[in-house]
Amino acid sequence: MMTTQRPGTKGLIFNEPNVWDKSREGRCAVSLPKPDVARAPLDASLTGDAPDLPQLSELDVVRHYTRLSQWNFGVDSGMYPLGSCTMKYNPKTNEIQAARQGFAGAHPLAGDDCSQGALRLMYDLEQYLAEITGFDAVSLQPAAGAHGELAGMLIIHAYHAKQGRQRSKILIPDTAHGTNPASATLCGYKSVNLKSGPKGILEPEAVAAIMDEDTAGIMITNPNTLGLFEEHIKEICEIVHAKGGLVYGDGANMNAIMGVVKPGKVGIDVLHLNLHKTFSTPHGGGGPGSGPVAVTRELMPFLPVPRVEKDLDTFKFVADCPDSIGRLHTFYGHFGVMVKAYAYILTMGAQGLLDVSRLAVLNANYIKESLKHTLNLPYDRPCMHECVFNDANQQSHHITTMDMAKRLLDYGFHPPTVYFPLVVDGSFMVEPTETESKEDIDQFIDAVKAIAKEAETDPEKLTRAPVLPKVTRLDEVAAARKPCLRG
Amino acid sequence: MFMRYLPHTQEDIRNMLAVAGCSSLDDLFKTIPDAVKVKDGMDLPEPLSEWELNEHMENLASQNIACKGYTCLIGAGSYDHYIPAIIPYLVSRSEFATAYTPYQPEVSQGTLQGIYEFQTMVTDLLGMDIATASHYDCGTALAECALIALRKNRKADKIAVSDLVHPSHRQVIDTYLKPAGYEMVRVPHTKDGLTDIAALEAMDGIAGVAVQSPNFFGHIEDLAGFKKMADDKKCLFITSFTEALAWGLLKKPGSFGADLVAGEGQSLGITKSFGGPGLGLLAGTSKLMRDLPGRLVGRTKDANGQDGYVLTLSTREQHIRREKASSNICSNNGLNAMTAAMYLSTIGKIGIREIAQLNHDKAVYLKSVLTDAGFEPVFDPPFFNEFVMKAPKDFKQKRTDLINRHCLFAGLDLAPYYPELTDHYLFCATEKVSKQQMDQLAKEVA
Repeated sequence: MMTTQRPGTKGLIFNEPNVWDKSREGRCAVSLPKPDVARAPLDASLTGDAPDLPQLSELDVVRHYTRLSQWNFGVDSGMYPLGSCTMKYNPKTNEIQAARQGFAGAHPLAGDDCSQGALRLMYDLEQYLAEITGFDAVSLQPAAGAHGELAGMLIIHAYHAKQGRQRSKILIPDTAHGTNPASATLCGYKSVNLKSGPKGILEPEAVAAIMDEDTAGIMITNPNTLGLFEEHIKEICEIVHAKGGLVYGDGANMNAIMGVVKPGKVGIDVLHLNLHKTFSTPHGGGGPGSGPVAVTRELMPFLPVPRVEKDLDTFKFVADCPDSIGRLHTFYGHFGVMVKAYAYILTMGAQGLLDVSRLAVLNANYIKESLKHTLNLPYDRPCMHECVFNDANQQSHHITTMDMAKRLLDYGFHPPTVYFPLVVDGSFMVEPTETESKEDIDQFIDAVKAIAKEAETDPEKLTRAPVLPKVTRLDEVAAARKPCLRG
Repeated sequence: MFMRYLPHTQEDIRNMLAVAGCSSLDDLFKTIPDAVKVKDGMDLPEPLSEWELNEHMENLASQNIACKGYTCLIGAGSYDHYIPAIIPYLVSRSEFATAYTPYQPEVSQGTLQGIYEFQTMVTDLLGMDIATASHYDCGTALAECALIALRKNRKADKIAVSDLVHPSHRQVIDTYLKPAGYEMVRVPHTKDGLTDIAALEAMDGIAGVAVQSPNFFGHIEDLAGFKKMADDKKCLFITSFTEALAWGLLKKPGSFGADLVAGEGQSLGITKSFGGPGLGLLAGTSKLMRDLPGRLVGRTKDANGQDGYVLTLSTREQHIRREKASSNICSNNGLNAMTAAMYLSTIGKIGIREIAQLNHDKAVYLKSVLTDAGFEPVFDPPFFNEFVMKAPKDFKQKRTDLINRHCLFAGLDLAPYYPELTDHYLFCATEKVSKQQMDQLAKEVA
């Protein structure tokens, strides 16, 4: 049977030293143009030795990086159910679109007249994202999710400054991403921890009890990091607004609700999106991402500059916005990433994006129901795009979430997010995304069940895992105690 | 429904709904109150086939004047360098491109070793002890450096920043500093187009001094002098750059005792892409290791004694320290860091020297032919590949004609950035521009 076969198997793994260990004096892998002007030596007092870079042939370089790539696991390799990260398929046509000479070769300071294609794309993408989220305006400038969050917090800070009285605190639920409190700190706000209720969601009474007129607002992730929809969102927004506060929405989990809920229509004032999650752009092993920020009409004057504006049928950058939080990026943000997200939205259309969210939620609920008798499910409620288990059932065999995660590698799956959210001990947070098929998900479910069985019968298989990847568990304590950060 | 990215058949959906205990796809959302549900759908364009998308995107792309073979004599933070064919080929390996941040090091050794090598090559390039795994761009890296200085020197609440730091970088610093109550103090420039070190002398209560070299006008600053001044003031010396290839030729920032270096790495094999994504470089001394923001990769051993790599020193970071983190950064520009590592491995020690020298040679030639064509060389200090010229009165129109007729961008008008510099243009020449193109330009503008 197809579904009982695990994707992970043995393979030939190449060793590959550090790139400088392959270096031989006198090699060079680049084709250099013939000099056609006279040499113009700089004064010797200004010049130094050439950096000691490796000296390689072209094949040396190609083989080095090809071998390195083979030690990596990507979405194209297999299922990557990393909770909160939305590791969906990254369409290849998007890469082709962004690489077009007219986009990839465009200089940021060519001037508005010479950049109409880029400006039009940015303007339209802002409109589409505003429509999807239900806000009045969007800025594409933030370079990543955390940068979008910072933009959002700066906007809230600027709003209160404009009201004439700055506030000192911000409410952050215990289900928040770690970036939330760090972003708030950059604005000088003190984070106030807000506990979620027994159902895993926020309770309006808890918010009302601590929301006051010295609190700038609240940062809410909805669906939250337990994968649950914050059912009282409207009421919570009203409580915060009544005290003059603003509601920040962390849109990292937007993949669950496109076409179902528009955060801008339920009381959220400012929201960031991750184009590298919901809008299919590749994560690149740690970026570059893109974290647009969306706001209500009231907060538009505070958006970062420059803004893209439309004037009849031409487009221009406008920087003359006195209330703006200012500039957040040297140029306009990660344009190359914007092109990919734009291509994705045009490919999917409104019905396609709604289907994305429906199937993402279907996949997560299917996994939740299929595994809830194997792994402990602390909040047994209908979930959105992800579900959070833990290792409570395995503890009697001295098996942890980490052991199960590492064993999944041997079965050929990237593990879920582990030990996050913090509100669940030993979290095992599964986000399959909509692009995984039922067969692939069934294989994953079978793998988790087989591992749970191994935990009972042969726990060493888990504690020694992984055995198939190039390396097994690494000594992170030693790495931090005596850091070796360069060769 | 049929959509090539969505694998579910109608039968799959029926079977999965049954397992999930839901009667329909809409029923999956039953925990969401009706009052917050979308009533009117989303007003978006009808979906395009791949054919239609190609046509639409090429049409948009062609509305930018950035056609094949266009001549870009503008730098100012985004440089037109040649990208060898193997770079896009290798970086598009999807094992790199479609991976997440390496949270599971056993199956991320490619990313981790690649970034470890990147960190190493950046320290070689800059002569610094430690380089981070990357930042968004130079502007944000520089703002983070300013925040480090302010955290290290709690009695001070100001950062002195040279007027010849890229104007956008100064704006980014201002955005990052303002809400926390910090101040950016401007250090003016002299009539020679260099940062006025004497003006700095009178400044008090500063946590750090930031100077860009080569500066926004392209001039090489006296970094040794600023380091001495920073030491006298007991504050951190921060230096930045926008053209990474300059270090193929110039003395490295580390050799002047820089405490922190912020840089733009776009020149290292990365497309201009209308200004982003580029590559923020951030390097520091060992002393500042635990103050650096963002990710660091370190070498270690696995349980079998094999060498391997992990993300390390994460106790500085937001997911552990939350509100006490050294920065809120999470995703950085990892794939562009990998690209830069591939580029640096490709050009190597020999190539970087030759490419850097070619950039300087071409810039010197361009300056001389423009001088012959009636442009005035207003500043004298040594430069790398950018320089400022005062243009003849009729140049503005000629510049527009050159764009329209030859797709040639002849310099950047400096007046929007430095209002006193009307008719002044910042030119850049890289290894890509030929003598013939420069001669043609000189002929057209004479």
